[in-house]
Amino acid sequence: MELSGSEIIAQFLKDEAVEYLFGYPGGAVLHIYDALFKADEVKHILVRHEQAAVHAADGYARSSGKTGVALVTSGPGMTNAVTGIATAYLDSIPLVVISGQVPTAVIGSDAFQEVDSVGISRPCVKHNFLVKDVKDLAETLKKAFYVASTGRPGPVLIDVPKDITDPNIKIPYSYMPTISMRSYNPVIKGHQYQIKKAMELIKRAKRPVFYTGGGVVLSNASQSLRTLVQRLGFPITSTLMGLGAYPATDEQWLGMLGMHGTYEANMAMHETDVLIAVGARFDDRITGHLEHFCPNAKIIHIDIDPSSISKNVKVDVPIVGDVDDVLTSMLKLLKDNQENTNLEAIKDWWKKIRQWRKKNCLKYNKKTKVIKPQYVIEKLYEVTKGDAYITSDVGQHQMFAAQYYKFDKPRQWINSGGLGTMGFGLPAAMGVQLAHLDQTVACVTGEGSIQMNIQELATCMQYQLPIKIINLNNRYLGMVRQWQEFFYEGRYAMSYMDSIPDFVKLTESYGHVGMQVDKTSDVEDALKEAFAMKDKLVFIDFITNREENVYPMIAAGKGQHEMELAPDSELV
Amino acid sequence: MRHIISILLENEAGALSRVAGLFSARAYNIESLTVAPTEEPTLSRMTLVTRGSDEIIEQITKQLNKLIDVVKLNDLNVHGHSHIEREMMLIKVKATGSKRDEIIRLTTIFRGNIVDVTPNSYTIELTGTSDKLDAFVGSFECDSILETVRSGVMGIARGNSALHV
Ligand SMILES: Cc1ncc(C[n+]2csc(CCOP(=O)(O)OP(=O)(O)O)c2C)c(N)n1
Ligand SMILES: [Mg+2]
Repeated sequence: MELSGSEIIAQFLKDEAVEYLFGYPGGAVLHIYDALFKADEVKHILVRHEQAAVHAADGYARSSGKTGVALVTSGPGMTNAVTGIATAYLDSIPLVVISGQVPTAVIGSDAFQEVDSVGISRPCVKHNFLVKDVKDLAETLKKAFYVASTGRPGPVLIDVPKDITDPNIKIPYSYMPTISMRSYNPVIKGHQYQIKKAMELIKRAKRPVFYTGGGVVLSNASQSLRTLVQRLGFPITSTLMGLGAYPATDEQWLGMLGMHGTYEANMAMHETDVLIAVGARFDDRITGHLEHFCPNAKIIHIDIDPSSISKNVKVDVPIVGDVDDVLTSMLKLLKDNQENTNLEAIKDWWKKIRQWRKKNCLKYNKKTKVIKPQYVIEKLYEVTKGDAYITSDVGQHQMFAAQYYKFDKPRQWINSGGLGTMGFGLPAAMGVQLAHLDQTVACVTGEGSIQMNIQELATCMQYQLPIKIINLNNRYLGMVRQWQEFFYEGRYAMSYMDSIPDFVKLTESYGHVGMQVDKTSDVEDALKEAFAMKDKLVFIDFITNREENVYPMIAAGKGQHEMELAPDSELV
Repeated sequence: MRHIISILLENEAGALSRVAGLFSARAYNIESLTVAPTEEPTLSRMTLVTRGSDEIIEQITKQLNKLIDVVKLNDLNVHGHSHIEREMMLIKVKATGSKRDEIIRLTTIFRGNIVDVTPNSYTIELTGTSDKLDAFVGSFECDSILETVRSGVMGIARGNSALHV
């Protein structure tokens, strides 16, 4: 088959079974758009901002496990995409981003819409390529998909100069189903000796706890994790990124850990003697002050990325490998009729944990007239029967969603954990909805975050995406305000936004349904009404308690046992 | 501690900036860095000298290995292994009057070569460990040194073990 560069891109995406391409056209990618138009194979979703294209591809990837693909033009198209790429990078999400570039002959001359895309993206991609010869294009595309989706996944950018896509230059093309690279061979199989050592520690553990992260979701290890944790009878907590990998409705689940984690999860971490870290990376939002982090623990760490191991916290038993592979090997080592754990000690450990649980650290006063954000999430959970895909933006609403929606399934909870990108929620929800056309998708957001990609309401109209937007409108950049209340003597510098739009009218102007709710007693009915509109996007603007704070909280720099709980006055 | 890390990397445009970018992004220290293609033209050999605690060096090697363009690397300073290291310097010094003979003697002692001569200056080529080059530079008065250029350190492990693909 003789194809031009642009036809190769269109044909390759089809051969690679790419379902959706999220993008936005411009001069440098016009040849590609023309080829896509003629081929009419891959569904192209036209967003309204390149950042949203990447977030949508990202939401698609997170919720489906497949690689997300975005296409943007050179210069401003590519720079707009950078936030999306960095978001995916910090959460290790497999993406391929194709950016147009000025023709090879003028690269380096400050040509119109030229930026050094490879240079700009380098620190926030797993890898990137500049295609300098159309003969390398097909192989580069294959390498990009391979690198993005294997090992520790991540975004890969391919920068394609316009002349490479010239419709008049045709070369032979054939699809390579597999590829190998001498410089890239991720380790999959865990080291058996290390795994045995880990099982020895587990057997003797008196106060063990599983601490799991996004790696469990990425490696599709949820099933083996559940089986292992349940067979061992150990308590389990997870990071923000790992929610859903272990069912939140299960008795062994302690809730999320870290800065806004539960009392029982953080205390169990503090007192554990054997910490089993699985696909988690000991980020500062988890560890708190390192000096107080799990002071008595022997640490087992399973991760596919050797550089994650002993980066922030020195570990005792490192196991490099794919999480699912390692957990499966561990399961094989469990004996059927013998004791695999120290049953007596574990019983005592649970007794202690139950004492911590009695604090009921997530309780709040439900009887207020003004709407509590926590209440909205609890009702959202009930109305969607715990079965919705939930995306979120960044701020207090994100933490409330993580704390009060009980995620039972992996890939159900979609948020920007590592970069904390406001504006992620709505475009990510588009990708999720496209990946799961018949499922319920809700985006939990705040009046600050939603305005960072509000233009995507138009995309949602164009493609009829019936997302439900749950806007927890506290008329504040709430998370910023909370820090200012706690650490800056209540000086609310720029955390209040004047001139908040009328979200109902705004939504309606895009052709969707808008609702506003300002009384606790109306919350449930409004949600029911909205979710009953199966084929419509509904934006519910919940006017919530303005100065609500997220508790528990470990202040930055404090130890994990130094949590601040909600003051009693809040609870009556 | 000072470590010399030898790296084989894809001889691709941008590979060098990935390594340099990694060091600046993660605030690792680079003392010197040399790079040139190898006998296998698709590969470059880089020698990087850095300093850090054992933990930092461990992270550096892991992060380097994670770069897709890095094919293989070797820390020449791991315990129980010895290595040879060399750096080359070209140094131009003032050479007038009685200094001219003195500099020739000094150069012989250090096993250097005078590679260019003018009525007022010598240019000397010298190879050795960085310490040796430092010592040579130190034997001149500051104002008699006109120019120095150093290659940065290259290193290779002793014995049969070899870094290749
Ligand atoms: C792009 C971006 N800019 C700034 C921030 C810093 N930031 C974190 S949370 C937050 C406030 C978010 O406000 P809102 O969306 O209304 O959510 P709330 O906290 O009120 O629930 C800000 C500004 C960020 N995370 N992302
Ligand atoms: Mg707000």
